[in-house]
Amino acid sequence: MTGPDHGDLSEAGAAIVEPARRSSVRDLPLWLFAILAILALMAVVIATEASFGEAFEVIIPGISLTVGITLVSFVASIAIGLVAGLGRVSRNIVIRNLAITYIEFIRGVPIVVLILMIAFVVVPAGSRILGIPNNAVPQETRFIIALSVIYGAFIAEIFRAGVEAVPKGQMEAGRSLGLTHAQTMRSIILPQAIRTVLPALGNDFISLLKDSALATLLGVRDLTQSARLYTGSSFRFDEAFLVLTFLYLSMTLVLSLLVQQLQRRLGRG
Amino acid sequence: MAESAARPEIGPDDRIVVDHLWKSFGTIQAVRDVSLRIRTGTVTVIVGPSGSGKSTVLRCMNHLEVPTSGAVYIDGVHLGDRRTNINLIRREVGMVFQQFNLFPHLSVLDNITLALRKVRGRSKTEAEAIAMAQLQRVGIPEQARKRPGQLSGGQQQRVAIARSLAMNPRVMLFDEPTSALDPEMIKEVLDVMQELAASGMTMVVVSHEMGFARQVGSHMVMMDQGRIVEEGAAEDVFARPQHPRTKEFFSKIL
Repeated sequence: MTGPDHGDLSEAGAAIVEPARRSSVRDLPLWLFAILAILALMAVVIATEASFGEAFEVIIPGISLTVGITLVSFVASIAIGLVAGLGRVSRNIVIRNLAITYIEFIRGVPIVVLILMIAFVVVPAGSRILGIPNNAVPQETRFIIALSVIYGAFIAEIFRAGVEAVPKGQMEAGRSLGLTHAQTMRSIILPQAIRTVLPALGNDFISLLKDSALATLLGVRDLTQSARLYTGSSFRFDEAFLVLTFLYLSMTLVLSLLVQQLQRRLGRG
Repeated sequence: MAESAARPEIGPDDRIVVDHLWKSFGTIQAVRDVSLRIRTGTVTVIVGPSGSGKSTVLRCMNHLEVPTSGAVYIDGVHLGDRRTNINLIRREVGMVFQQFNLFPHLSVLDNITLALRKVRGRSKTEAEAIAMAQLQRVGIPEQARKRPGQLSGGQQQRVAIARSLAMNPRVMLFDEPTSALDPEMIKEVLDVMQELAASGMTMVVVSHEMGFARQVGSHMVMMDQGRIVEEGAAEDVFARPQHPRTKEFFSKIL
């Protein structure tokens, strides 16, 4: 055994040492440097050009709504996604088909259309049924409901994949110890599934942050709407949209680096 | 299911009775009309080539597989009966898998205490005391705080055995417990199983370990193509295999 082992090792060692020096340049995240350079350039323009600085000051207050909408919608869509995702893998055919119907419905309609539909058709219908005056539901709330329902379907698919990725033997081991299906799900399958889906959830958080820009459809004053309002009165399109791009890109860059970090940590553990 | 079929005669010593069991997966007939009695305190070893249906028979014994027809009784209780609460039966039936199936996100100790607490309703302290006693029994109490992934295959399988034993089962099922192990780890697992057999545990073992079958087995069942082709006292089957298929099988693997 030692003979071939030794040979393999030295070969592998050589393979690691030699091209490693060459591939170190290839492995550098050049794209990251490029993005950082673009962001730095934008930052310099915003800091030095008065008109860009003014646009920045006008637009930046919208960030509280952008972040707020994103956080609330994310929490709500995880709750919806968990329920629908578990429904998706349920053995009960009624529950399973209800979950599939919801997921496929959402996936089959453009997000923009869903937001308009939920904000202007579903919510008014719902408030009629509940006896609430329609104008008592603020546009921000309608938008959060819409985003949560849409992302709930996406996140349901993430949870489904996570549950299905847990080996079948885990459920069998739990059941053969006398645990019920629900107990095994809760104590054995879900903790493992959630761990594997964390990076995917992180990526959906980033998508959700970007899609929160659709708030402008309902006139909700997030970053995007603030920028559009500013162009309407000042006609400074260059300034408004450069600032807007700068803000979204810096947020998503930080978040995607965090997700990569998380992925690396989970991969090791 | 087989409600209409006549109930077989079940004696006080019959821990498990398999009655005219058939199981198919799609168009594949995995098990064809298998009947078997497992008496209390015996060690039954089921052997046979792969695909002969031996694991399927074993998995039907705690309803991980539901029979297509026929029935399995444990202590006289029909597993396929609508009134049977399968969770109550399974807590009395230990199962050890080829791939161990330990819970990777829990410590060794928590692997064992989980069902004690959730199924048996034991307190944390009680459960941990039981778990430590079982880890002592399989010889690895010092691994209690580790995660399964940090253990060798042999140690993991011993944890899996300890996890089942902690539930104080009336019968233990082993599904090729050493097939996924490196050769040098097989013995440590077989030693634990031998000790268990000596303590009087009723065991059903699907295995290719002929040495174990010969030394520890009291009863031997030879399966081929979904049927039992020969069964009897382990020594007899070994010394004087009757069926040509059994002779051929032994000549190939011994």
